Amino acid sequence: MSLDELKAPVTDFATDWDHTDPAWVHDPYPIWEKLRTSCPVAHTDRYGGAWFPTTHQMVSDVANDTEHFTSRLVVITNNKYPPNAEAPIGGAPPITSDPPFHQFARRVILPAFAPGPVNALEDQVRALCRKHLDTVAGEDAFDAGLRYAQYISPGVISKMLGFPEADEELFRDFVHLVLDLVDLPIHERGPLFVPMAEYFSAQIEDHLAHPRDDLTNYLLHVEFNGERLSMEHVRGTMVLVLVAGIDTTWSAIGSALWHLAHHPSDLARLVAEPELMPVAVEEFLRFYAPVTMARLVKDDFDFYGWPMKKDDWVLLGFPAANRDPEMFSDADTFVIDRALNRHAAFGLGIHRCIGSNLARMELRVALEEFIARFPKFELTDPTAVTWAPGQVRGPRSIPVRVVA
Amino acid sequence: MKVVIDGELCQGQGRCFSIAPSLFGFDDLGDGVVLGDGTLTAETLDLARLAQANCPEHAIFIEESS
Repeated sequence: MSLDELKAPVTDFATDWDHTDPAWVHDPYPIWEKLRTSCPVAHTDRYGGAWFPTTHQMVSDVANDTEHFTSRLVVITNNKYPPNAEAPIGGAPPITSDPPFHQFARRVILPAFAPGPVNALEDQVRALCRKHLDTVAGEDAFDAGLRYAQYISPGVISKMLGFPEADEELFRDFVHLVLDLVDLPIHERGPLFVPMAEYFSAQIEDHLAHPRDDLTNYLLHVEFNGERLSMEHVRGTMVLVLVAGIDTTWSAIGSALWHLAHHPSDLARLVAEPELMPVAVEEFLRFYAPVTMARLVKDDFDFYGWPMKKDDWVLLGFPAANRDPEMFSDADTFVIDRALNRHAAFGLGIHRCIGSNLARMELRVALEEFIARFPKFELTDPTAVTWAPGQVRGPRSIPVRVVA
Repeated sequence: MKVVIDGELCQGQGRCFSIAPSLFGFDDLGDGVVLGDGTLTAETLDLARLAQANCPEHAIFIEESS
């Protein structure tokens, strides 16, 4: 199948959906609502066959069912059979791991992202935010995505891994490759990974030669039952932290700024009631949940009557689950002080986002610092806002004007 | 009344100790833990119910004290 055929515009999302289709990328919520009320499990032959359940219950069922669904690949591409992605370990443990290995891989990395170590990073994150806000000081109009949102998470993650902060442009390239360029043919996508693999090899060598106190060093030297992790495990987890730690939080920060830039009453309320921020952060996470995961079907399996086949993809739409009216009152309304908010932005079940505490803190601090500096701002050109395609959704360009 | 967390269901979503830090803490892996013996007063019952209603994993239970 040629790329042109793959990119044929979608005319029926129930039978031929594509999460990189421009209509989906621009505004997926009406599409999902229509599917939820009329379908509610959509199918496509694209990507070699994929399903998309749209209710909260179904998303929860898939997320919690490791018997019928494997995580060995979690990003839908045209290649279901890369040689380095065998379950139960997969290419980026623990996100690509299945039980029982998953539990071990998670045990390795969870302590670094628990609330204690994460809370200790708050001052550092705040300083990073202020540094980037200083670069736009005095400007009447600037791009809140390209000048601010995109810098926060790469700065945090590169420091955690002990990578040079100056390489952050490279990190965004890696993320773009892994998460955005997903519909390339296999023979075009594969070679693009070479520079990323070489970069990680160089960082590992540098850390082995010059040990220092960071997450890479920890992964290289930690021992369980007297044994170190395999180099593939170390490398895979490093890739996971970099890729999953950047685009996701950047998207969340961007979506929240975008929202505030065209909802002045919400902005005014946050400025007037800073104590509302933790509750507002949860609503930003529900309403603009950036991350959609994927699973592969282990064996032929009947899912609520839909005949899933071995190695079919399943798109695990946590953002769609977060808009299910069965689960949330006024699900399609942003309620900044929503008290009951059992959202699934960080996933459900054993693969709950490892970085959730960090992401939540980064989002809160990035917003606190931005609105402290700019208590009033608005979109200059709503049509200029661009969105990242694929399984991590967020605005990239967010042109704003500072209001006096 | 007592509040308890089912450790099998808890996945460390972190909502309980954020909403009700007087009732919940966390362990080294980030899973939620009940502080003290979990006994609720008339004043803390609503807070526990709020945390319960926000737990994405339905891992919080409020039980009659024995």
